[in-house]
Amino acid sequence: MRWIDGRWTEAALCSFLSLAMLLLLPATGNAQQTPPAAPVLPVPPTPSIPAPANPNVAPRFLVVVDAAHGGNDTGARITDRLLEKDITLSLAMRLRSMLSAHGIGVVTTRDSDTNPSPTDRAETANHMPAAACILIHATATGSGVHLYTSSLAPTPLTRFLPWQTAQSAYVTQSLKLSSEFDSALAHAEIPVSLGRTFLQPMDSLTCPAVAVEVAPLAAGATTKATPLTDTAYQRSILDALTAAIDEWRTDWRQQP
Amino acid sequence: MISKAQRILFFSMLLAAVVMAAVLIRLREGAEDRLHGVQGLAQVVEPAGVPPTPVTLLIPNDADNSLAESQRSLPLPQDDSARARVLLETLLETFHDPKSTHPIGGAGTARGGDSVPGAGKTHAPDLDAVFLMPVPQAAGQPSAGKMAVVNFSAAFAQSHPSGIEPETLTLLAVIGTLHDNLPAITQVRFLVDGRQQETLAGHADLTRTYLAGETVPAGGQ
Repeated sequence: MRWIDGRWTEAALCSFLSLAMLLLLPATGNAQQTPPAAPVLPVPPTPSIPAPANPNVAPRFLVVVDAAHGGNDTGARITDRLLEKDITLSLAMRLRSMLSAHGIGVVTTRDSDTNPSPTDRAETANHMPAAACILIHATATGSGVHLYTSSLAPTPLTRFLPWQTAQSAYVTQSLKLSSEFDSALAHAEIPVSLGRTFLQPMDSLTCPAVAVEVAPLAAGATTKATPLTDTAYQRSILDALTAAIDEWRTDWRQQP
Repeated sequence: MISKAQRILFFSMLLAAVVMAAVLIRLREGAEDRLHGVQGLAQVVEPAGVPPTPVTLLIPNDADNSLAESQRSLPLPQDDSARARVLLETLLETFHDPKSTHPIGGAGTARGGDSVPGAGKTHAPDLDAVFLMPVPQAAGQPSAGKMAVVNFSAAFAQSHPSGIEPETLTLLAVIGTLHDNLPAITQVRFLVDGRQQETLAGHADLTRTYLAGETVPAGGQ
């Protein structure tokens, strides 16, 4: 059985060589790596999502309310007893009730102490042609309400949008919506600061989107120190947001 | 039976594999030596005999969501990476000042459930490293400046106040301070403890490349 012996020996040789090459491959990779000083940053996948089609009939005015954090993601610690995830959920639920009372359809990304991923939240919002997306956050830092829109540069609306930067097609509308909130909050004499940032899931939303970050009121010339837990303070913020969305409903219908 | 030619081929390939392994291991050691050399340069000590250079720090203010310019004079090293590190260490040190308008490490502001060890005491280093590298360009394209990779320490991220405003202000202050003093820096990426992290303290996205001058806070009203 010389032939068989030869085949077996050759097979063993091939296996040994393959093993040697496999062992060498990692060493090759390590040796050719740039030092950790210049890490190769992974490029996140950027799947495309179709942009919502412009409906031919008058669409229903829908608002998406996203209560940030939840579950294991507690968010900021506002006080010893108050976590951001709890106050955002509470504010989101009350805002939903107030908007519904005004005949506005509301979709929430969470109704309980759960933590949908940013992708899940964006999918919930992008599933429908929402007229506005409000991301509720809270912090112990600063004073009043911080309104944030995406830092993405505006781009034209196209049939397909990259997931990571889908909001870029809506940035102009988001800034208008932020302006509505700003006016309503200023009318309620609540200090407002405006800013732009990169924030998930906001950057993936295909709707005019504003992150509303609620902070305690600091004592000032026209304000007295008020904690975030103050129900009257919360109520005035929610009233202002509701009024702004009501106004937005009119503006939104007039948009092309 | 194995023919003589096959044996010779096998031992030749085995020898080649061993030599390749030795060469690659040596290359890796060389790369590590170079890295340690760079890190050694980046270990910043006040350079002796170097006159102070005027620098501009962008100091965040949480109260009105703004960045204020602050002029300082610092003795800076020659190496750009080391200069960037000195600038950022000086900037981040201001956040620990008891009178800071953008305090870090205070009680009750970090992410929920996290305690802030050593608040008010001597703090752990905020910065692990700063590296500069050319911005990747297509072949034949002119250089688009440098990218700074800022590696925050885990302690810094853990003690950082959680919120869109404080986190965004920190990133903008870092980006603005780097770009103002080292205009060649046009892009900034952030790591925490040597790894890419989704957010700084639960909000500001750290997975993106930030362009210098891309974002500015609008301030309060």
